[in-house]
Amino acid sequence: MLKIENLHATVADKPILKGLSLAINAGEIHAIMGPNGAGKSTLSYVLGGRPGYEVTEGSVDFDGQDLLDMEPHERAAAGLFLGFQYPVEIPGVSNVQFLRESLNAQRKARGLEPLSGGDFLKLAREKAGLLKMDMDMLKRPVNVGFSGGEKKRNEMVQMGIIDPKLAILDETDSGLDIDALRTVGDGINAIMRRPDKAVLLITHYQRLLDYVQPDFVHVLAAGRIVKSGGPELARELEEHGYAEIAA
Amino acid sequence: MTTSALPSRRDEAWRYSDIDAVAAAWPLPAPESIIVPAGGNFARAIVQDAGDIRQIELVLGKGAAASLHVLNIGGSYGRIELNVILHEGADFHLGAAQIGGGEQNLEIVTTITHAEPGATSWQVVRSVLGGTATGTYLGKVAVARDAQQTDSEQDVKAMLLDRSATANAKPELEIFADDVKCAHGCAIGELDAMALYYLQSRGLPPGEAKKLMLQAFVAGVFDGAEDEEKLQALALAKLGELV
Repeated sequence: MLKIENLHATVADKPILKGLSLAINAGEIHAIMGPNGAGKSTLSYVLGGRPGYEVTEGSVDFDGQDLLDMEPHERAAAGLFLGFQYPVEIPGVSNVQFLRESLNAQRKARGLEPLSGGDFLKLAREKAGLLKMDMDMLKRPVNVGFSGGEKKRNEMVQMGIIDPKLAILDETDSGLDIDALRTVGDGINAIMRRPDKAVLLITHYQRLLDYVQPDFVHVLAAGRIVKSGGPELARELEEHGYAEIAA
Repeated sequence: MTTSALPSRRDEAWRYSDIDAVAAAWPLPAPESIIVPAGGNFARAIVQDAGDIRQIELVLGKGAAASLHVLNIGGSYGRIELNVILHEGADFHLGAAQIGGGEQNLEIVTTITHAEPGATSWQVVRSVLGGTATGTYLGKVAVARDAQQTDSEQDVKAMLLDRSATANAKPELEIFADDVKCAHGCAIGELDAMALYYLQSRGLPPGEAKKLMLQAFVAGVFDGAEDEEKLQALALAKLGELV
């Protein structure tokens, strides 16, 4: 589904990713772990097409399409979802309106009819329920006045509504208490653990992986993947720290 | 406000105006005069969509209230000028948006005179400007010596869609009383790049993402207007032309 080859990227002319390769197949959940500054968030923004993140070498193929050649909204329409580490507050724009317009823009790009207001609300209610989020919060302006945990939960509700093929979740576990972590973990499993979908989890810690079992774990250090393994690698990292493993 | 000679850019109230357009319309007809009697209520929505110069003189009697909603969007030069006199305890409310692109020059010029004690005035103005358009708000609040307990607020924000657009904003206070509250705030900025990226990452094309944010930026000014839906729809259509 996603094939990253020899990816090099710079931010403000500073090289961050230095030859990263990774292949993710449908039905797989991958976790990328690594110390601060390794390039984890840069990887998620490069894949999401954020302006200012410059690819200098390498390629990314997403379901047979050149991902790097697409605008952010085209990547979304192609089935890519980026869960933000710091979801953005947008005063005055209601969650419901934003999500309905986003979903319908994606449907339009795929040649589908727009979803009616009633059908959209039904879908939104179902996904909010899955993530145990109050429907009233969906009517409020996007992330405004939300706690850190509520913002992350909102990201997952958005993911449920948008129903992507591939989700890249950048530190979705940070800022969550233990109950919220379980809810979010259950949500990720319910929405994304399917044979036709895939997930790339980016995290510092083992704890989210207790709820969302990865099939593969990779260690990112200094802009490259330095080690890959199964779920046991995450526990090793937790025990021994990055310094020893990455060395 | 009634000017007998053709103004020039040396006149403070016309310093950003398109003087050629003013000259072409000269002499201006007499300003529209509206008098709201003591205790009366007045509300109106004004849509300037044809490149007019509109001058209104509004006098609010004791305890009267007036609520104006203005959408300034049309023509190469459009000007809305309000001269408001507030008597004791009167209440004036202005919610205005001006939206311009291309080479448009749009302006809202207000003079609010608190002539007697206890009157309130509240002005909210939002401008969205693209291309090489110019949007100007000149707002003077004059508080007479006897007009104690005046409560006045000006809240002015402008959003520039291109680095070539211009926003002018000048709140001006002239206060002769000593027990008054006159607040004014002004901000001129660009759309938040990270917020735009966030919206696009969910599938909204750049134009739609900008439109959604701009709609939110101007939306509040029409709250409570009788023609709120119509004003919102006109504003949205104009925003759609700009993004």
